[in-house]
Amino acid sequence: MHVLPYLIAAYIFLTGCYGLATSRNLIHAVGCLAVCQSATYVLLLAVGYRDGGTAPVFSDMRPGSRPVVDPVVQALTLTDIVVGATVTALLLALVLQIAKRHGTIDPDELRELRG
Amino acid sequence: MSDALTVVVLVLVAAAATAAVAQRDPARQALVLSFLGVLLAALFTVLQAPDVGLSQLAVGSALTPLLIMLSVRKVRRRGRSKEGPE
Amino acid sequence: MNRLRLVLLTVGGAGLAALLVAACLRLPDFGGRRHPYGDRAVHASLSRHTANTIASVNFDQRAYDTLGEMSILFAAVLGCVVLLRQAGDERRARPEPAEVARPVRRYALLVLPVALLTGLYVIAHGQLSPGGGFQGGVVAATALHLLYLGADYRALERVRPLGVYETTDSLAVAAYLVLGTAGVLAGTAFLANTLLPYGTFNTLSSGGTVPLLNAAIGMEVASAAVVLLAHFLDQAVEIEETTGERTEGAHER
Repeated sequence: MHVLPYLIAAYIFLTGCYGLATSRNLIHAVGCLAVCQSATYVLLLAVGYRDGGTAPVFSDMRPGSRPVVDPVVQALTLTDIVVGATVTALLLALVLQIAKRHGTIDPDELRELRG
Repeated sequence: MSDALTVVVLVLVAAAATAAVAQRDPARQALVLSFLGVLLAALFTVLQAPDVGLSQLAVGSALTPLLIMLSVRKVRRRGRSKEGPE
Repeated sequence: MNRLRLVLLTVGGAGLAALLVAACLRLPDFGGRRHPYGDRAVHASLSRHTANTIASVNFDQRAYDTLGEMSILFAAVLGCVVLLRQAGDERRARPEPAEVARPVRRYALLVLPVALLTGLYVIAHGQLSPGGGFQGGVVAATALHLLYLGADYRALERVRPLGVYETTDSLAVAAYLVLGTAGVLAGTAFLANTLLPYGTFNTLSSGGTVPLLNAAIGMEVASAAVVLLAHFLDQAVEIEETTGERTEGAHER
């Protein structure tokens, strides 16, 4: 249990990398990149977790009455998610441009075109 | 109890991530990604990060799959209109 | 060629996996008691009367970092707008309104105001309860697109004058910068939370500049998501290439 969440994060990251490397469709590759990104969220939140801790929000509990989990990594993950989505959008826009210019979104066919 | 829950959700997330990579059809992959987004939101809630869970629910299970679906549709439509007249 | 690539991938993947596992084993145990940064962040947040520590970290303690995130967001949206604009060899087709099942229509129109309101609520209460500009902005923006299901694309285009959202996006970025500069003019540091009184703990106006920066981010994220979705929808539904010229154009490159 001590390292399981970290290992799961590593596994998700490697799975996403495998998908990226073997993808035959650029849209699918962007989806795999989203999987890679989610690995970072799992890792960050796992680092910040505290046994028996609760969410670091004090609107409905007295400060100091219970241990809270680490808010810093949560804030990092939060911005990461939203920025990750817009970067995904930018990549998809690039894919649409490629589809328009070259008529294919298969990376292997694109390499042949280039050569 | 809470430990067992964390482990179960972690394993489910790993399984969904594998499925998202293994599904080679991007339109179906978008659906799997959306499911992965929901599972991640559940995991974040279990890890006491409701802020992040909310964000993941909005982005991971709605916005990103929607963008992927729209891109797939655009590329497919292109393919059709290209083959059509020729 | 293909086999070589697979071998390379396996070797690289195995190496990376070994390194990652080695790193994982040396990380502090999951659920450990020592979180020095977290404890200090909680302390700082409480001393500035911000109930939601995450909002305090994002918009007060690490507000400068959020400025960077916001710039990435802005740049990515700008890139999408440039990449997905209507090119000279494309034309707009008026899509036929598709048949949507009546229950879907009714459900979408019923949920739309609720979802929109939820998004705005989540933005407004960012410094008190879980939520904030980042989450609420996305919720509000996606909620607006239920109109596409509930009515049709024309109706969506009418309530979504794109220029307004693009301007709002830039205005929100400008507002964040102005709030930061106001700190400098008041004699402290850029984005320092010393401008406004901290207010009463656990009320809407608590936390000094946190609610204002939060609102700016909410505006920016909401309009950014609307602009992004609008351009992708345009590409998927409306914009078509004029056939014939395209194939020659592709060979020129």
